[in-house]
Amino acid sequence: MVDSITLEVFRYSPDSGRDSFQSYEVEFRDDWVVLDALNFIKDHIDGTLSYRWSCRMGVCGSCGMMVNGYPVLSCSAFLRDYLPGPVRVEPLNNFEVERDLIIDFDDFLEKLHSVKPWLVREDEAPVEAGEYLQTPAELASYKQYTMCINCMLCYAACPVAGHEPEFIGPAALALAHRYNMDSRDQGREQRLDILLSNEGIWDCTFVGECSVVCPKHVDPAGAIQQSKVSGIVDYYKSFLTPWMAKK
Amino acid sequence: MRSAQLRPLRDLRMIRNVESKLHDVVIVGGGGAGLRAAIAAAEVDPGLDIAVVSKVYPMRSHTVAAEGGMAAAIKENDSFEHHIYDTISGSDWLADQDAVELFVKEAPDELIQLEHWGCPWSREPNGTVAVRPFGGMRIQRTWFAADKTGFHVLHSLFQTTMRYASVNRYDEWFALDLLVDDGRCQGVAALELRSGEVKAILGKAVIICTGGGGRVFPFTTNAAIKTGDGMTLAYRAGVALKDMEFVQYHPTGLPGTGILITEAARGEGGILVNKNGRRYLQDYNLGRPLDISDPNHPQNRTMELGPRDRLSQAFILEEQKGNVMQGEYGSYVHLDVRHLGEKLIDSKLPFVRELALNYGGIDPVTEPIPVRPVVHYMMGGIDTDIRGATSLPRLFAAGECACVSINGANRLGSNSLTELLVFGARAGHDAAELAAGSEIGDVGALEAQATASESRVRGLVSNGNQGTERIADIRQEMTTAMETGAGIYRTEESLRATCHKLVELRDRFRNVNLDDSGLRYNTELIAALELDCMLDVAQSVAFSALARKESRGSHQRTDYPDRDDDGYLKHSLAYREDDSPRIEYKPVTITKWPPAARVYGS
Repeated sequence: MVDSITLEVFRYSPDSGRDSFQSYEVEFRDDWVVLDALNFIKDHIDGTLSYRWSCRMGVCGSCGMMVNGYPVLSCSAFLRDYLPGPVRVEPLNNFEVERDLIIDFDDFLEKLHSVKPWLVREDEAPVEAGEYLQTPAELASYKQYTMCINCMLCYAACPVAGHEPEFIGPAALALAHRYNMDSRDQGREQRLDILLSNEGIWDCTFVGECSVVCPKHVDPAGAIQQSKVSGIVDYYKSFLTPWMAKK
Repeated sequence: MRSAQLRPLRDLRMIRNVESKLHDVVIVGGGGAGLRAAIAAAEVDPGLDIAVVSKVYPMRSHTVAAEGGMAAAIKENDSFEHHIYDTISGSDWLADQDAVELFVKEAPDELIQLEHWGCPWSREPNGTVAVRPFGGMRIQRTWFAADKTGFHVLHSLFQTTMRYASVNRYDEWFALDLLVDDGRCQGVAALELRSGEVKAILGKAVIICTGGGGRVFPFTTNAAIKTGDGMTLAYRAGVALKDMEFVQYHPTGLPGTGILITEAARGEGGILVNKNGRRYLQDYNLGRPLDISDPNHPQNRTMELGPRDRLSQAFILEEQKGNVMQGEYGSYVHLDVRHLGEKLIDSKLPFVRELALNYGGIDPVTEPIPVRPVVHYMMGGIDTDIRGATSLPRLFAAGECACVSINGANRLGSNSLTELLVFGARAGHDAAELAAGSEIGDVGALEAQATASESRVRGLVSNGNQGTERIADIRQEMTTAMETGAGIYRTEESLRATCHKLVELRDRFRNVNLDDSGLRYNTELIAALELDCMLDVAQSVAFSALARKESRGSHQRTDYPDRDDDGYLKHSLAYREDDSPRIEYKPVTITKWPPAARVYGS
């Protein structure tokens, strides 16, 4: 039985501007995830190591990292799957690094905002009118796309996001599709300009890595393909019936 | 060249006040309560400038981890009266009845509003919102979005706040201190993680929505960020922490990690069994079990659908009888949902399956899940009135960090998400109305207070390399002391030992070590600040528990095993003092429901 494992952790200090890899040897435990090892390092070996984490149950989306070159939630990546090590831990690809394993993803929040990720209604009903009705089948048509935890793994995996920082990207496009598919929403046309823009769905080359790495099985690639199909319809509709395409 | 020009400025800042940012309403915390408050404030007047200051990006907030659902009486077989009575009896009569009444009455509109904002609630075939049974509730009234209700609530609220241009976010800013001028709360001093700079974020009213502090215990469902910072902000400004001795243990956490297995698993029909395969809850005054094949199983307010305090206590008693199983991470019992079948589990409890598989190596479709009680929720918190206002003018609080109290000595599952909305909205509305009609206080004085906060933080960092105490060591000794002395069952002796230990740890914290002397993303500094807050919260819990010589709800004293309405039908108030808190009391509001025995089991 292995009793220790080495982590090679990417270090970057914004104060000095220097980067390097630092090795830490920690006890190996069968039920430890990479995040447990990082916490052990921070608590007992090196308090300067910086990274984000919170729920340690795969739902808050904080702790995405590259582990051996692959984007994962470090709270769900078991050390036992990387034996005998060393385990290389780096910040997510395709983002600027703030410090150590902490990335700057403010850009994503701008992109998310740009797709209007809220229920758009022409006629917002008062609460006294009760809930909008939605059948289980209508719910099922978009439910998968609601599951995005904004963990950024899909952006780290996406080759287009790597080359074109302006690309709105998998998670934000999937969330746009989530609202477009929601039977209660009436904002599809308001989202068309951004989805059909140069940075929108047509930028996606359908590599599909986003869906492979998504820890919540959102399938952003599928969402983007579906958007393309309905986007084509909308595009031609705009020539045939221009008064219907835009509001 | 540029840096040479900048250097004098940087030196100058050492003696100047920190910079301030002006807003109308400042909300600390970006979880469910904070975001609901932000929207409420924005809707009072679109001209108001709202700041949301959060130590994490809002979608990382711990609301995200809530699973089972959100209570509101809307179905025809239900009534406000039922929901009120369930909540009051669940609280062991320590809830304020006026607060519970308005909470229950405002709940349905708040949940419908959330539906109108896009929350993907699970549905009935006719398209109406579906409800499921939950512990301690006599009627099915828990709205749910599969078993990721909190996740959907949080993301729906977060995405909806993006509609409001007047909501300005301070993501990854750690609030250090409340700023008070002329007796009115007018903002917070906050540290930006990215730059390491402290600023005064000023507003005409402040709302604290920072959640609980379950991390003062070693074994908890709570995320790493649940360190009671917001409670401490108010506590240090002289506001009382109310009913802090009431800490909820959820009966079903995964051993080792403490990951929550939702009560919805029992709401859908899951059962708890001991090592002999017996549904042991029948031995603890929670009614008789129906066979799992009986169409009336599970019965509301009975057996597995009893309240959380009683179920967690039953585990300890069962443990004392030697009827539990032993594993690597201590004793456990089995939560068995196999009879529900794969189809139901995947449609209504998919997260339970995912969590049990990933973190327990157990597939609930084919194996029972090992579970044990785990710290989950704090009924206590910042003392507020039914409008969310505190004793400090212009300071409000809402959500788990606040204690209105609707939860009393034991919260019922699925009432807390509702509480976020009802009291978040109330606080946001009132704070905005106050802000709209007033001017900010003396900005210079407020900036000077924030400058003092900055000095405190800088001192922590610069002295850190001379310290000898590791953060993790103090933290671990604190959590161990809390579990051993202030856990599910407590005694005078155990509590005294814990209180004593906490005073010692508070003293040792003065000598805390920091490896990290950097400014930017100094997460070790944040850990030290959080530990400082946790020590305050832990003291308020332990000293309040020591003072309450009775057993009520989640507070069980083996040396005072009975509820004592003559002596203790009152809220405890912990005020911060130098060494240990001062405990006072105030009456519980009883309107129409006189104290009675809590009876479960049909």
